[in-house]
Amino acid sequence: MAPPVPNLPKTSSPSQPSGKSEVADLKLQLRQLAGSIAPGADDSRRELFKKVISFMTVGIDVSAAFSEMVMCSATSDVVLKKMCYLYVCNYARSNPDLALLTINFLQKDCRDDDPMIRGLALRSLCSLRVANLVEYLVSPLTSGLRDSSPYVRMVAAIGVLKLYHISPSTCLDSDFLAMLKALMLNDPDAQVVANCLSSLQEIWSLEAGNLETVSREREALLSKQVVYYLLNRIKEFNEWAQCLILELASKYIPSDSNEIFDIMNLLEDRLQHANSAVVLATIKVFLYLTMSMTDVHQQVYERIKAPLLTLVSSGSPEQSYAVLSHLHLLVMRAPILFSSDYKHFYCQYSEPAYVQKLKLEMLTAIANESNTYEIVTELCEYVANVDISISRESIRAVGKIALQQYDVNAIVDRLLQFLEMEKDYVTAETLVLVKDLLRKYPQWSHDCIAVVGNISSKNVQEPKGKAALIWMLGEYSNDMLDAPYILESLLENWNEEQAPEVRLHLLTAAMKCFFKRPPEAQKALGVALAAGLADSHQDVHDRALFYYRLLQYDVSVAERVVNPPKQAVSVFTDAPSSDIKDHIFDEFNTLSVLYQKPAYMFTDKEHRGPFEFAEELGSLSLGTGSVENVIPAQIYEASDNDLLLSTSEKEESRGLGNNDSVYSAPGYDTSLISLEDKQVQPESNFLSLAAPTMASHTSSVLDDLLGLGTPIIPPPPTLKLNPKAVLDPSNFQRKWGQLTTSLTEEFSINPQGVVALKVPQALHRHMQGHSIQCIASGGQPPSLKFFFFAQKEGETSPFFLVECLINTSSAKAQINIKTEDPTLSQPFSTLFQSALLLLSPS
Amino acid sequence: MKSRKVTLFLNSDRGVVPKGSAEIFFRKVKFWKGDEAEEAPPVFNVDGVNYIHAKVAGLMFVATTRANVSPSLVLELLQRIARVIKDYLGVLNEDSLRKNFVLVYELLDEVIDFGYPQMTSTEVLKSYVFNEPIVVDSSRMPTLGPAVMFMQSTKRMPGTAVTKSVVANEPGVRKRDEIFVDIIEKISVTFSSSGYILTSEIDGTIQMKSYLSGNPDIRLALNEDLSIGRNVGNSMYDYRSSAGGGTVILDDCNFHESVHLDNFDLDRTLSLVPPDGEFSVMNYRMTQEFKPPFRINALIEEAGPLKAEVIIKIRADFSSSVTGNTIVVQMPVPKYTTRVSFELESGAIGQATDFKETNKKLEWSLNKIVGGAEHTLRAKLTFSQESHGNLTKEAGPVSMNFTIPMYNASKLQVRYLQIAKKSKTYNPYRWVRYVTQANSYVARL
Repeated sequence: MAPPVPNLPKTSSPSQPSGKSEVADLKLQLRQLAGSIAPGADDSRRELFKKVISFMTVGIDVSAAFSEMVMCSATSDVVLKKMCYLYVCNYARSNPDLALLTINFLQKDCRDDDPMIRGLALRSLCSLRVANLVEYLVSPLTSGLRDSSPYVRMVAAIGVLKLYHISPSTCLDSDFLAMLKALMLNDPDAQVVANCLSSLQEIWSLEAGNLETVSREREALLSKQVVYYLLNRIKEFNEWAQCLILELASKYIPSDSNEIFDIMNLLEDRLQHANSAVVLATIKVFLYLTMSMTDVHQQVYERIKAPLLTLVSSGSPEQSYAVLSHLHLLVMRAPILFSSDYKHFYCQYSEPAYVQKLKLEMLTAIANESNTYEIVTELCEYVANVDISISRESIRAVGKIALQQYDVNAIVDRLLQFLEMEKDYVTAETLVLVKDLLRKYPQWSHDCIAVVGNISSKNVQEPKGKAALIWMLGEYSNDMLDAPYILESLLENWNEEQAPEVRLHLLTAAMKCFFKRPPEAQKALGVALAAGLADSHQDVHDRALFYYRLLQYDVSVAERVVNPPKQAVSVFTDAPSSDIKDHIFDEFNTLSVLYQKPAYMFTDKEHRGPFEFAEELGSLSLGTGSVENVIPAQIYEASDNDLLLSTSEKEESRGLGNNDSVYSAPGYDTSLISLEDKQVQPESNFLSLAAPTMASHTSSVLDDLLGLGTPIIPPPPTLKLNPKAVLDPSNFQRKWGQLTTSLTEEFSINPQGVVALKVPQALHRHMQGHSIQCIASGGQPPSLKFFFFAQKEGETSPFFLVECLINTSSAKAQINIKTEDPTLSQPFSTLFQSALLLLSPS
Repeated sequence: MKSRKVTLFLNSDRGVVPKGSAEIFFRKVKFWKGDEAEEAPPVFNVDGVNYIHAKVAGLMFVATTRANVSPSLVLELLQRIARVIKDYLGVLNEDSLRKNFVLVYELLDEVIDFGYPQMTSTEVLKSYVFNEPIVVDSSRMPTLGPAVMFMQSTKRMPGTAVTKSVVANEPGVRKRDEIFVDIIEKISVTFSSSGYILTSEIDGTIQMKSYLSGNPDIRLALNEDLSIGRNVGNSMYDYRSSAGGGTVILDDCNFHESVHLDNFDLDRTLSLVPPDGEFSVMNYRMTQEFKPPFRINALIEEAGPLKAEVIIKIRADFSSSVTGNTIVVQMPVPKYTTRVSFELESGAIGQATDFKETNKKLEWSLNKIVGGAEHTLRAKLTFSQESHGNLTKEAGPVSMNFTIPMYNASKLQVRYLQIAKKSKTYNPYRWVRYVTQANSYVARL
């Protein structure tokens, strides 16, 4: 490791040199000692070296002493050598000429008798990071990988990766990757194996798409042979390498359920490990493996609860936070499985705000009939919390629980009690909630209004709270005796009211009130409209003008616009989309879970980690994938919607519901689709034999009637496709990784097609009829995603790979085409579009 | 003040993280959300660089990366690095790090290569690391300076008083063969306003620090009737089912890598070859009912216009042979409190009271409490405005911090500690110590 960017305070160095003279002095002393073999010379050299390095650390340039340092290192003293290597690595990059000086002695040290020195020298040699010295690396690395000492091999394995980062071509042209592979599968030393794996994974993922062989190699890493070999030896590895192997195993696709149980039994004791990283990596394997087996998946949840809770309470606060974030993710996915553990998520007095916020969300999610009373009682305690932000969050949590419809009665009482606390922010938050509650449960209006009516509007300062109060004044002006007069007094302060939100609500409330109690509210309305028309804020002005003209036009119409009969709002949507949540679950045991957003939102592509593409494809279930891939033992019944899926009205669990289809890895398909495939098979064969029948222009009159921009169907294309094109998923994946997108187009689809898309299989069949095969599909309406392929007629003709995104609500489709012959992408796109436009419900 | 320096930089050898990231980190940590009131989370992202940090003994250990890594792995690694350094240096603080920076570099070089963790056990590292630690005289160090107090999280482990380097050979002193086993328990209890226990949990750890030469086998025997996993089938908080009997029932536990559990199911013994350095043999969690060491009674009452009285009573509910120490009781009072006058019981020794004006808190500290004793604090509050009626919603809860040596709430015991004998005269020192600490000990009003 190169020394860090110095950040020590200036006073920290033992003696602060005034500048160059000190360095010159050091140089002189070093030179005097250079050849000395006197007893104690090594000790004095050590002292001098330490001084040099301490200067280096505080940012003083001591590169002038380079040659002296090198001279002094011709010794057998390992401590001296180590310090010298540290020094050399630090300055080599900025002084390539000096680096050349060291090559000689480093190369010599690479052949030293002491394996320690060989290893150290090799590590330093690879860390020089000077591009024009690359040629000197190849031979020491080669012998390093063959060294008899595991220490040297271990250093060499990472050395190959370092070489790759300096010069990829040098690394790939030599035989290093093959050597690493051989070592990985044969070396007796676990750390050597681990380092080979790390290097190979990193190099192959960076090389992805450049070479055809690379994708095959990457797949080979995930083969049964490799994964089993590593898993069987897992206890020989240190905990960090165990994490590496577990991460690999989580990508592995077992061929049957026996394999799944074998792996889980083998790894069972890893859940008792004291290292949270090992436990989380193991959990990831368990969760991913059982994705398609609903009841086992649920058992996994039960099994991992206790270890996770223990980790949360045993580690440092930082570690607990990382584990708790994962627990949070799981709770949000399957709240019902945690409903009896609610006490574990009570906030503790000493916890930092970021932990308490997570816990509040978890408590909100798991509240149900059985525990609501206790959870809400606990949350109410937090409202008095010293930390205002936690207090606010707690009130919101209570409100959210109320909106979930459990024990609303008692909760409304509590909320109303908050209003009696007479703390500004408590009142404001509570008002917002009472407003939302009333929109959902108008039947409570009587109780609420009685209390809200007592609140002096002067005590509410926050715009949100004030707006909520004003909304209630307008909406329930019949129930609140003073409503028109309160509005009047609020209107007097129109000019002092900073928030346009509040002014907008004032306008609307004045209107509503006017229609309910005309004689009393007339004055208020007049004031409101006048003030609104004079307002400098565009929206406020426009709304006032709109009301004014509406009233002028017809008062009864205005009443219907402003005071229509209201229906209770049944669902409030503000939670992050289940898409995002699923994406985060796909990135279990990474930073995504802590940030609560998927990696693409905070990292650039190259840093997303290995196997990115595999994940992308993996998140889509194979549609018409080869039937052999489907595991009979894993067939899962659609009726098996127990616990995990039973709360389908809950947004979270709907997310889970998706997963069974969306998250099954390739080949993991649900029986639903696979069975259908089998049935479909003869039919589709028939269709494809029948060749694309371009029955043109079946567009009906309906199209013309619905015709808002019904696309004009392009003339039949000239490109002929091979009706029996074959491409297996792994080859598809490989090609997809290699090729770049040659064409992207967006277009509207036929409304009938949208109807037909309710069954994705319909599209598979339809496109098959046009010699375009679907290889994978997924997503949840309104956004669907499909992968197709097709081949130009002829044995070795180019393939077309298509990613097709369809939004059923907007009836738009986007296609990304990749092909080996980009000149054909336009004709193919035309053909694809016309085929898609012909889709109609069968 | 927060810690002033970043000492270590992992991954800097990859050159993917911009220069000046140390600066960015500090600014961010210090002014998270614009003020110092809200603590920065241990992981955050600035311009695509992830900063992951852990605070250990008042120092910040920071790792930076652009990759979407496993946060737990990095945090565990940072903790491990801190522990390895501590093993080497004996004490971990700014001073010892500064004096030993060359050694620390050497350690880091072996621990991490190109961002990949390599060897992280003190045991293994010993054969690859050659610099001798310069031992900082720990007696000169203030044990609990204000900075340390501030930085220490509430989850700080006590009992690590052993400040001897694991590797240093102190000249002239024959290395003493000894082994320390500490059973450290952090307890969390929440009492309702009526004194009923709402939640309680013990988080325990068996910590070991071995200075034994030649790595002998060790057997550590725990309570024979220890059982694990009480939450199978029924609710975890079913207190009725577990009362009495004296059996210790753990909810769950985990073990260090070196521990063999071959006989654990049979006779509750752990066998292991303790690696050098400090490590946790076992972590456990228990929600079984236990007797809380302290009972707290707190009361706030109006006493005339603009006045109120607070009475806090604490009783030590343990044997008089045990003494709790460094006890601090805190209670937030209404925001509009302007003045507080305290009244301690007559003859109180080693007690102090304070009214923290800035965050409106009462603080009552006691040097020690002998088992069975009861102490009372009375405080008269003066308000600047009329209270809104319900004082209990404006004040409290009462929280308490304490340490009780040679006491453990869970009744988990080390029955014996057996060290495989190399010879007849071989009889190393064995230290088994218990300590209980408050984690979150709260009584509501």
